[in-house]
Amino acid sequence: MKQRQMAFEAQNSGNPKKRSLRAIGLGFRRGNGPWLFREVTLEIRPGEIVGLTGPSGRGKTTLGRLLSGYDHPSEGKVLLGNEVISHTDDAGYHPVQMVFQHPERAVNPRWRLRRIVSEGWQPDASFLHMLGIETDWLDRWPNELSGGELQRICIARALGPETRFLIADEMTAMLDAITQAQIWHNVLHIVRERQIGVLVISHDVHLLHRLCDRMLNGLF
Amino acid sequence: MPLLEIERLAVSFTRYRSRWGKEKVQVLHDVEFSVDAGEVVAVIGASGSGKSLLAHALLGILPENFSASGTIRYRGEPLDAERLKQMRGKEIALVPQSVRFLDPLMRVGAQVRLSVRGDDPYAAQREVFHRYGLAPETENMYPFQLSGGMARRVLVSTATVSGARVIIADEPTPGLQAEDVREALRHFREHADAGCAVLVITHDIESVLTIADRVVVLYAGTTVEIAPAADFTGDGSRLRHPYSRALWQALPQNGFTPIPGTQPQPGKWPSGCLFAPRCDQASPECTFSRPELRTVRAGQVRCIHAHSEDDERGISIDEAASDGI
Ligand code: SF4
Repeated sequence: MKQRQMAFEAQNSGNPKKRSLRAIGLGFRRGNGPWLFREVTLEIRPGEIVGLTGPSGRGKTTLGRLLSGYDHPSEGKVLLGNEVISHTDDAGYHPVQMVFQHPERAVNPRWRLRRIVSEGWQPDASFLHMLGIETDWLDRWPNELSGGELQRICIARALGPETRFLIADEMTAMLDAITQAQIWHNVLHIVRERQIGVLVISHDVHLLHRLCDRMLNGLF
Repeated sequence: MPLLEIERLAVSFTRYRSRWGKEKVQVLHDVEFSVDAGEVVAVIGASGSGKSLLAHALLGILPENFSASGTIRYRGEPLDAERLKQMRGKEIALVPQSVRFLDPLMRVGAQVRLSVRGDDPYAAQREVFHRYGLAPETENMYPFQLSGGMARRVLVSTATVSGARVIIADEPTPGLQAEDVREALRHFREHADAGCAVLVITHDIESVLTIADRVVVLYAGTTVEIAPAADFTGDGSRLRHPYSRALWQALPQNGFTPIPGTQPQPGKWPSGCLFAPRCDQASPECTFSRPELRTVRAGQVRCIHAHSEDDERGISIDEAASDGI
């Protein structure tokens, strides 16, 4: 473990695959409203799987949205290696991708799945196969797939070659245990191979215990 | 005597396809189970197995393009659509999934008072809020002001003040923290202990097992097993259906072991046993016809190879029968 960490520090600045995701002094509020949280500092290393749990309404999802560039922090910054990446307006592929609880709300209902899955990059058949996606789904519309099938599509979309970190926000909370286990086995295989760091947000402590190398405690 | 009995319940919907015109797709079929007074029955199963539709069918509130058939009995009396409508909210109450079922523009106290059956709605509402630990000022709040745990208590209050004897809870604990889940489920147990029949539809197996007496397992729109809750234990070997065992073993706290394949979609069901394409115990006979629900070891199962009681020796009942035992 120690060895791995030293190796990682040595390479952190150079190789873009070896850079940590860091949040420094993050705070968020809407307009002049009350602070949802302040002073959140964390680090996720490449290939590391980190868990986050806690009561709803404290900002876990918002934190995920800040890390993946969906929202701007009201204070503090998000860094990949030494570069600030919290800006949403940059064109191009965001290296931190987020997958949400409700896949049906994360896709355009008027697009066929072929178009949805290739929104950010062009996954090939073997990659789709790794995630348990059948190629004939791609000709269908979102409402013709089950929640589990649609969630696999959202995960494929999020795991482009430039993805360094994945934020999984209650990613399998709506799915039955078999589908959940299938999806996580597929995802773990891919993230391990590509050294993608993962933040697992979940209220299921057993799931976090299964998946995570460590937990983020006392953030909020 | 069962308060609520469901026999051969089927639900289908009509969908319009631009090229093919109308088609009727079956979503639930041959759903059978009963709930006694004093009992909590959990309904679990694959996501997309029709669990939520079941709640709506039992209350007669299916969306317009859906139709239901089969028998629903209340205290032995078959309910038609008209009777169901009369009993809804009075004898049979729904505890919905989320506060989105409440009127967003109406204070929650007033909404709960609407469901009160006695003649002093204020007293009943205040008493139930007190009982569930909701502060007096909660009655003046709007749904959006409630935390997840408070919202659950308000939703269950509505069912409590209605005096309904049958309570149907549809996914009552999504995204709640462990303590809130425990509390929400405890309220359902209390209702059963007071003589109600409680049906909890959920995908949180582990939590519901703490209060359930029996468990109904749904797969591909049908009841594949009805088991005493105590059978969900250890490696799952006391369960009767291969799907129930697979579901149990896939929980993160058990093996986290997934079986391959996916549940067949409505309209694309195989002939014979619906689980056969994924079942490691399938034999050619499994594909001949849909297995009937039959009694095995104080439970029921829709599997031709499920073991019966004199099966400690590992003989399945059809082998036993052909041996003339
Ligand atoms: S009937 Fe056959 S295929 Fe179906 S669950 Fe039983 S063993 Fe498996």
